[in-house]
Amino acid sequence: MKMLVCISSVPDTTTKVKFVDENKKFDATGVQWVINPWDELALTRALELKDTSAGVITNVTVAHAGPATAEPTIRKALAIGADEAIRVNIEPADAYSVASCLADSIKTEAFDMILCGIESSDFNGSTVGGMVAECLNYPSVSAVSQIHMENGQPVITREIDGGKEVLTVPVPFVAIVQKGIAKEPRIASMRGIMTARTKAIKVIEQAPVVPLTRIIQYELPAKRAACIFIDPENPKQLIELLQNDAKVI
Amino acid sequence: MSVLVYTENWDGKFKKLSFELVSYAAKVAEMLNTSATALSIGKVETSELEKLGKYGAKKILRLEHDSLQALDNQAYTKAIVDIVQQTGAKVIILSNNNTGKALAPRLSVKLKAGIGSGVSKLPLSLNPFVVYKRVYSGNAFAHLSIETDIKIITLAQNSFELIDISGTAAIENVSLQLDGSLVKTQIKEVQKQTGKILLTDAEIVVSGGRGMKSPDNWGPLVELAGLLGAATACSRPVSDEGWRSHEEHTGQTGKIIAPNLYMAIGISGATQHLAGVSSSRYIIAVNTDKGAPIFEAAQYGIVGDAMKVLPKLVEAVKEMKSK
Repeated sequence: MKMLVCISSVPDTTTKVKFVDENKKFDATGVQWVINPWDELALTRALELKDTSAGVITNVTVAHAGPATAEPTIRKALAIGADEAIRVNIEPADAYSVASCLADSIKTEAFDMILCGIESSDFNGSTVGGMVAECLNYPSVSAVSQIHMENGQPVITREIDGGKEVLTVPVPFVAIVQKGIAKEPRIASMRGIMTARTKAIKVIEQAPVVPLTRIIQYELPAKRAACIFIDPENPKQLIELLQNDAKVI
Repeated sequence: MSVLVYTENWDGKFKKLSFELVSYAAKVAEMLNTSATALSIGKVETSELEKLGKYGAKKILRLEHDSLQALDNQAYTKAIVDIVQQTGAKVIILSNNNTGKALAPRLSVKLKAGIGSGVSKLPLSLNPFVVYKRVYSGNAFAHLSIETDIKIITLAQNSFELIDISGTAAIENVSLQLDGSLVKTQIKEVQKQTGKILLTDAEIVVSGGRGMKSPDNWGPLVELAGLLGAATACSRPVSDEGWRSHEEHTGQTGKIIAPNLYMAIGISGATQHLAGVSSSRYIIAVNTDKGAPIFEAAQYGIVGDAMKVLPKLVEAVKEMKSK
């Protein structure tokens, strides 16, 4: 079986978010780019499955849609252990343009399991994975917190409101994964970093796709009022404030 | 130009988020001079469906089908697309919960409909159709223009007030041609928690961090949550250490929540944690370090040791309740 993990390149999660051009554009000055945290967990799980599948899973590939500036992020994925990498050379315009170009680029590669993180930490859309599945007409399972192999076949756990469902879907499928899928992201070894340097990233050209949505402008959250401090010896005052002023209890 | 809202049910019942969705859909419909139609899939009693009318649905479509018993994303997408085509709906509204996130992207591709996900306000304008959504994990918001004929919105939970207009709705049973072979999802086992307040549904959340010091110290926190009718939560280090279940982890890679009141006990408030809770209406913090970033996000704070403050909070709530 072949696995694909779709990865997004996002600002490091501790980045101080700022905008330029009258709040129309993200200020990328000095920003460190990383693999989207959920995609990193997805990749970790894919590699764990490959390592423990006794040869059933033969290959883990990563795919990214975006310009060449994302190659360092893609190389991190190779260093962590991905066997191959694909970069779809587009200037991403929205989730749909990313998903349809990704789907077009990989449809002939016969991946059995495609893993996507539930959302990217920049646009928080939670849409690319489901869109890729629909573009390919593959089954999809969302809110996936576990995947394991049983008799050579993937078994999936998905979160539902107030519980979990254990289920199967036939391959090929897209699993949209979230918390629980892997405990800690796998760290690149020195050997991984060395071999990643020489691995080729396959670049696929795609014609631009008309986006369905467009961000007109950004705004920063309203500043919260300064914290009102309450005497630690008298938390009763806090309860009174919550009851009488905030009216939330 | 009607508005279609998908109202999921849980064992035949709706909950607050269903009524939030309908309230929101009715307001969007009002802006567009049209009415909101709710779609219910699965077995739901008429008396339960009528509740959707109270919050502004003018029409309720009840769809029952053998192939739609468990959530199969492809079968559900096909069903909703058929209903959209039958009703000519131009705005489709779903929750930004697990089900909405599973279906909205597939609907988007099938209907060539742009999607605004995690929307937390009414549309800012209709022409262009601009929605307001959270981006950069709560560190910013975007004005997103949906530029297609059909628009999809997934509404962030707890972001819209219920509006009970005491309305009534016409209930109509609808049927569809759905090929059973479309269903690919085979459910093998269902595990349900019962009697617990769900973190994503809770109006009050009491959450503990590393300042709780050990997995053995959670008694007073759980007691406080119980007294307040709150759900319990935790920060990432706590779930990583296995002090609490990973289902309680709130933050960027855990659950994103927006309760009325979030009580952060012994949580320093790293960016990644705040990303999961910054939409809460009120945040209160208890922490030993006055310089902790959680106090920048909090309206009320207590600088002190969680172990000492928690029992006093428990006493104060007991006293409040006894009055």
